[in-house]
Amino acid sequence: MVEFHHINKSYDGEPAVKDISFTVDKGELFGLIGPDGAGKSTLFRILTTVLLPDSGKILFDGRDVVEDYKYIRRNVGYMPGKFSLYQDLSVRENLEFFATIFNTTIEENYDLIKDIYEQLEPFENRRAGALSGGMKQKLALSCALIHKPKILVLDEPTFGVDAVSRKEFWEMLKGLKEKGVTILVSTPYMDEAELCDRVALIQKGDILEIDTPEGIINKFDKKLYKLRTPEIYPTLTALSKMEGMELSFSFGQEIHIYLKEDIDEIGLEKQLKEQGIQQVEVSKGRPGIEDCFMDLMVSGNLLEEVGDE
Amino acid sequence: MNNKDFTITAKNLTKQFGDFTAVDAISFEVGKGEIFGFLGANGAGKTTAIKMLCGLSMPSSGEATIAGYDIYKEPEMIKKNIGYMSQHFSLYQDMTIRENIRFYAGIYGLTNKQIKERGEQLIKELKLENFADRFVADLPLGFKQKLAFSIAVIHNPKIVFLDEPTSGVDPITRRQFWGLIYEASHRGITVFVTTHYLEEAEYCDRVSIMVDGEMRDLDTPVGLMKKYNKKTMNDVFLYMAVRSKRKE
Repeated sequence: MVEFHHINKSYDGEPAVKDISFTVDKGELFGLIGPDGAGKSTLFRILTTVLLPDSGKILFDGRDVVEDYKYIRRNVGYMPGKFSLYQDLSVRENLEFFATIFNTTIEENYDLIKDIYEQLEPFENRRAGALSGGMKQKLALSCALIHKPKILVLDEPTFGVDAVSRKEFWEMLKGLKEKGVTILVSTPYMDEAELCDRVALIQKGDILEIDTPEGIINKFDKKLYKLRTPEIYPTLTALSKMEGMELSFSFGQEIHIYLKEDIDEIGLEKQLKEQGIQQVEVSKGRPGIEDCFMDLMVSGNLLEEVGDE
Repeated sequence: MNNKDFTITAKNLTKQFGDFTAVDAISFEVGKGEIFGFLGANGAGKTTAIKMLCGLSMPSSGEATIAGYDIYKEPEMIKKNIGYMSQHFSLYQDMTIRENIRFYAGIYGLTNKQIKERGEQLIKELKLENFADRFVADLPLGFKQKLAFSIAVIHNPKIVFLDEPTSGVDPITRRQFWGLIYEASHRGITVFVTTHYLEEAEYCDRVSIMVDGEMRDLDTPVGLMKKYNKKTMNDVFLYMAVRSKRKE
């Protein structure tokens, strides 16, 4: 449905997106996963025709989005990262406005937004600017959907949103997917990757990996050990000094260690005890998307650096 | 721990806006050097509570001392003894790294000699030696956040308040940021932190959860996970926050 072909874009000579190619299939829930500055918004802006690429092209339903910009504009529902509805219009007025400019009515496509908009109906006459964060998000989603787009493009819809609202939002996306809407969504939260059909992990304008979440996890080619210790910080310090250690990262109450070499649990425990870490439990573990992302960042030499532009 | 070791004490701290109780009689203590996680859903009252604890907003009722100073009588002393940084980046983009350090350290009342010494030490620790005269705007987000944190503790405050300091930062830089937090805590600085990354809550010594303006629970992360029989802090948070009655 959407094909990105070798997209490049620089700002003031600084590359934001580097030769990026991927496709999103019809009916798919596709996630772009990466931190701020990775290039996610730039890709979405090019797709939605608010920005031109330096080179490369995007096809939507086989039509070039630059040459045939009217076609994608009619068929995309775009929710930018920044709340961009009319703060001074009421909830209902915003929705009517978006329906009208797309030459449709709220009634015509109400089915699509019913589950989401129902929660806003008690506040229909409230100014959009006076809504809470979670409610604003629901209104923005309703407005992006009211013309029944073929594809929904959501730029960090859950950024800065609490865990409960995030969960609710993903349930709404699941509902929309079941209604046949293709969804392209970006997020800096790695745990949301597992809620997508396929994801592209993106960092510094480069795609690190594209696959199903399961597929990405299966490609992780190192041994992962999980350590449990009440002394996380001293253990991390000890690990950084130990021989044969490659990477270790804290994960909540655990520490994850990625090893190429086969050091067994007992060897690891022994080495740590020699470093003065007494209470430690070691077990073999399965990686998550965040493990994969960090490993790919390190192996691709894509750590944040100053002056790398 | 005796009373002197608490850097924050709050008793029935309350803030009302008209007939809306944003913060409802919260009581807690935070020890010296403790990393204290302050969790809550959007709208649970976190920001209002932090404003009171920083001496920026007068409570409607209740008591609190911050770094030993009374929240009603000595808000100016409180401001001198705390550091603050938020997700909304607070350094000046069009000043250089060195200029930002000088500016903030000056405001916090450091002497010229201290500014020079600590400033250079900070630049070295963040490995920014070759970039200290570049504009802050040119730094990647993670570096900006690490720099903002280091500047927020340059005057060795008793407490540093961090409001979603790691939002949007890549997973490796986020962990480096927590390394800075641990170091500050090790130096005896109390760290009061909010976050939406709930696995970060597990890095805290103790975690409180605000629901509808009340502090619904306060314990170590392990204690909370045991109590609610959940495997992660994310599950604990979801379990507690869905019990919120506060809608619009």
